[in-house]
Amino acid sequence: MEEAIVFPYLRWIPLLPLIGFLINGLGARADLTPARVRRIHWIACLAPFGSFLISVFAFTKLLGLPAEGRLLTDTVFTWIAAGNFTANLTFSLDPLSSVMTLVVTGVGFLIHVYSIGYMHGDGSYSRYFSYLNLFMAMMLVLVLGGNLLLLFLGWEGVGLCSYFLIGFWYEDPEKAYAGLKAFVVNRIGDFGFLLGLFLLFWSLGQKGVWTIEFGSIQEHVHLLSPAVITAVCLLLFMGAMGKSAQIPLYVWLPDAMAGPTPVSALIHAATMVTAGVYMVARMHFLFIASDFAMHWVAWTGAITALFAATIGVCQNDIKKVLAYSTVSQLGYMFVGVGVGAYAAGIFHLMTHAFFKALLFLGAGSVMHAMGNETDIRKMGGLRKKMPWTFWTFIVATLAISGFPPFSGFFSKDEILWQSYSSHFGSTALWAVLWIAAAVTSFYMFRLVFLTFFGEPRDAHLHEHAHESPAVMTVPLALLAVGAAAAGLVGIPASWGFTNLFEHFLEPVVGGLPHGAHVSHAVELLFVGLSIAVAFAGLFLAWWFYLRSRELPERLAGRYARLYDLVYNKYYVDELYDALFVRPIRNLSEKFLWKIFDAGFIDNGLVNGTARFFQRSARSLRRIQVGDVQGYAFAMVVGMLAIIGFLLL
Amino acid sequence: MGIDSLPAALSVIRPELILAVTALVCLALDLLYKPADKMPCWAVAFFGSLAALASTIASWGTEQEAFSQLVRMDNLSNFFAVIFLMVGLITLCLSDSYVQREGLPAGEYYTLLLISMTGMVFMAQANDLMTVYLGIEIMSIPVYVLVAMMSKSPKSPEAGLKYLLLGGFASAILLFGIALLYGAVGTTQLADILRQAPGALKASDPLFLAGVGLLLVGMGFKVSLVPFHMWTPDAYEGAPTSVTAFMSVAVKAAGFSVLIRVIVLSLSPMAVDWSQIFWWLAVLSMVLGNVVALVQENIKRMLAYSSIAHAGYVLVALTTGTETGIHAALIYLFIYALMNLGAFGVVIAVSREGDQGVEIRDYTGMARKRPLYALAMAVFMFSLAGVPPTAGFIGKFYAFSAAVKAGYVWLAVIGVLMSAVSAYFYLRVLVVMYMKEPEAGAEYSAGPWGAPIGAGVSVSLWVCALSILFLGIWPGWLSHFAQQALQGLTSLL
Repeated sequence: MEEAIVFPYLRWIPLLPLIGFLINGLGARADLTPARVRRIHWIACLAPFGSFLISVFAFTKLLGLPAEGRLLTDTVFTWIAAGNFTANLTFSLDPLSSVMTLVVTGVGFLIHVYSIGYMHGDGSYSRYFSYLNLFMAMMLVLVLGGNLLLLFLGWEGVGLCSYFLIGFWYEDPEKAYAGLKAFVVNRIGDFGFLLGLFLLFWSLGQKGVWTIEFGSIQEHVHLLSPAVITAVCLLLFMGAMGKSAQIPLYVWLPDAMAGPTPVSALIHAATMVTAGVYMVARMHFLFIASDFAMHWVAWTGAITALFAATIGVCQNDIKKVLAYSTVSQLGYMFVGVGVGAYAAGIFHLMTHAFFKALLFLGAGSVMHAMGNETDIRKMGGLRKKMPWTFWTFIVATLAISGFPPFSGFFSKDEILWQSYSSHFGSTALWAVLWIAAAVTSFYMFRLVFLTFFGEPRDAHLHEHAHESPAVMTVPLALLAVGAAAAGLVGIPASWGFTNLFEHFLEPVVGGLPHGAHVSHAVELLFVGLSIAVAFAGLFLAWWFYLRSRELPERLAGRYARLYDLVYNKYYVDELYDALFVRPIRNLSEKFLWKIFDAGFIDNGLVNGTARFFQRSARSLRRIQVGDVQGYAFAMVVGMLAIIGFLLL
Repeated sequence: MGIDSLPAALSVIRPELILAVTALVCLALDLLYKPADKMPCWAVAFFGSLAALASTIASWGTEQEAFSQLVRMDNLSNFFAVIFLMVGLITLCLSDSYVQREGLPAGEYYTLLLISMTGMVFMAQANDLMTVYLGIEIMSIPVYVLVAMMSKSPKSPEAGLKYLLLGGFASAILLFGIALLYGAVGTTQLADILRQAPGALKASDPLFLAGVGLLLVGMGFKVSLVPFHMWTPDAYEGAPTSVTAFMSVAVKAAGFSVLIRVIVLSLSPMAVDWSQIFWWLAVLSMVLGNVVALVQENIKRMLAYSSIAHAGYVLVALTTGTETGIHAALIYLFIYALMNLGAFGVVIAVSREGDQGVEIRDYTGMARKRPLYALAMAVFMFSLAGVPPTAGFIGKFYAFSAAVKAGYVWLAVIGVLMSAVSAYFYLRVLVVMYMKEPEAGAEYSAGPWGAPIGAGVSVSLWVCALSILFLGIWPGWLSHFAQQALQGLTSLL
């Protein structure tokens, strides 16, 4: 391994948003004058923009280095030093974190700008932007951290910000509850993640290597037994299942839509929820060493992809559809990293950041126009009213549905192909994803047709609808360019181009573990199947929602049971409620609180001690009666005791 | 190092001389001036004490004996003299407006205070049991009078009388102990006693042992250890508050200075015996002081019991009989002086004429009306309870860690547990000040805290509060001086 190059500007990438957070967070005032509002959003937007510029600078510096030596580090100080174990506050940038940093700062900056328009007039303007900046800082610590401890710090930090922002409008108990739910579900995953960290740290320590640096863990991973590696991987992946909303811990993400829509775009689509994928790619050397863990990751992803996509079909809330779509797309990414195609997984992460952020911001623009209405059954015919929103939304839909040459096509197709051809792949895995792709195309076009085409279903709302201001549409347009073109950096080799993206990441995550050799013709056949299924989804959606509109209702009536099941999201929330939430609540309330805490600890131990001392004090004070003879007598007793002790 | 030239000998007792002369000047001024303007007395007393303090600090590092080895100036005596004079100066600041308000005879008040301080410095410098006894008497007799001085209140003369009677009793016991010791070893010189102690112990001379026991009783009375503490709550409650402040820290520190000199250092050969007695006295003092303080409604009485408990904490450190232990005790006494004086300072600031407003319920809602006093009180209460980053924590830390190092783990455990109990009555004051609303229409809500109390009280409050925070964060400074105070004495252990 070549010596890393010191790049002292790295620390400023997370530091700038942190400074923004401190300024806006500490300087918050209740009365928002226009000048203050301007100052708030200028600070808040300049901070991530500065980080973006440094990231680009660092990226070009990385490109200037030989492929094997692409590693920049910046050690700020020694964080913990205990014996022969040290943990430094070190940021390090390799191709993998460079991609993440560019995505986070680039997309993040655009969403900040969009927020200026979206959050205009909100009473907690300053609080909103300070949280958003804090989130950026934490996310950048997560992707730039040079060791597991920093990764974990960022991991928890983004979770905290997610909680803040989901419950941003905390006056509404339902929204506050959604924030709580996200936090609690993530804690379950993080519990596993933390156990995984401890297990990894401890078992390496048992072999005499006390370290948390990624580089030295990778060097010493061969010391660990396969069983330990599998256990560590599964525990770490538990954290990823929480953070990246995979079955069974996905339930918080749809509810997280309670937050402001730009937050959904930034945190719950483009960046934070992909942290799990990043983590698996970062720890690829561990996962690749355990076949079981790899299959586990891939199949969790595949099942989640299909499961969430089917729920998306029956949702009527524009943000909920997108939320389930995000869960489904995250499933794709996990299949990518789960079959060893790390580059493909991260590639989809990047393209998804563009098109899903764009979809959310488009949805936000629609909601903005419709007075915060989110029910797509009340929309329709917005195409003419909001041309910018409409066209950018179309680009994003084409991208997510996998129409060439839009970005999503390349990344999703790469995952589909790897899920079949990789050493860890299989036909079954591919088939699940392939069906999910059809469903994706169907629910996305259903959304588009219901929202933008046809006649307005609510004349009043339609009348007031208007295009959003430029501060919102310009970010939409920029993201649309990304959603359309970002795929071009990863055109598969079978098409006769060089896969730039894969090559860039290869030094970090290694080459592809190829299975049986398959000819280019077969690969092209699979590309054809992918395209076909995208068109099939489009056609079905057109048939159902534009041509014969009574059909969906008829079908829903005929297969009422099935429809109810899917419409109610497979009753998963209700199941969890019955299985976990209520029993735990009952145990906590009826036993742990009322009997154990209130009865035993409070009344028994705490108040009992207090009562004991009160009583002792009341009886002891009676000694003090006030007459001098008694006082002198006590002295004499003490004196006799002392002399007695000394003489005897 | 005995020096016989008179000027050199007088330079050893220079602080005492300054204080005594100042006291006489005060007395003379009291006769010359009309009762209306007693201001010169205060200023003379203040600058006299300041001069004595400067003289003490100037002789830091010197080591001399004088008057046929009756007195000995070394860093230990200087360290204690600094505590006494510092306490004296702060007490003077607290007294000025208080004395005027309560109509106390100012000239006599300041004169007695100065004479008492003279006795304390003699105690710190005692190198002979006769000096010990003289010092104790010079210190105590003025305090008896001071306690009884507030003739308007019936409690004050009663307290003075009780203190006088029991103090006389304790003095007699002490003197009898000295006589027995003299009978056993034929000397009252501390150095000779140290030399002869092993022989007397070997023979288990009953005169010697009983003498030591009686000495312990006499000193235990002065520092108010259980069971010789009974006078404390009554005397502290009845005395004028400024006198209580003075007694609770200076008299106690003076008592400990002879306890360290006579018992811990000069009788170190019989440490095995007295450390067991110390153990019990410490435990009894900590338990009784803290537990009974829980139910006190009068803040002066509460602080009286608290002072008994603090004497117990100091004794925990001394039980070890080690250098670390004495070091911890010195640090503790210094810190305790500041925090207890501060607490009494707030009591003075809050009280009304006739020593009204000293019940804890009088503090209800004080944080609203007098936020700065409440804040200062919070610092003192946290410090007395031993909460970091206040100095009180540092004092307890040194004391308990000395005990643990010397193997007295259980003693430290009891100390820590009793500190936890003490948190209740200290923090209760904060609860009352910060979390309760002043009762509408109650007498004290009309503005009892509005009465002018003079700049001296405010200044001393802030000096105490800031010093406590300073020492809580940078204790190394104090620890360094306490270490120097023990130089040359540790060979005795």
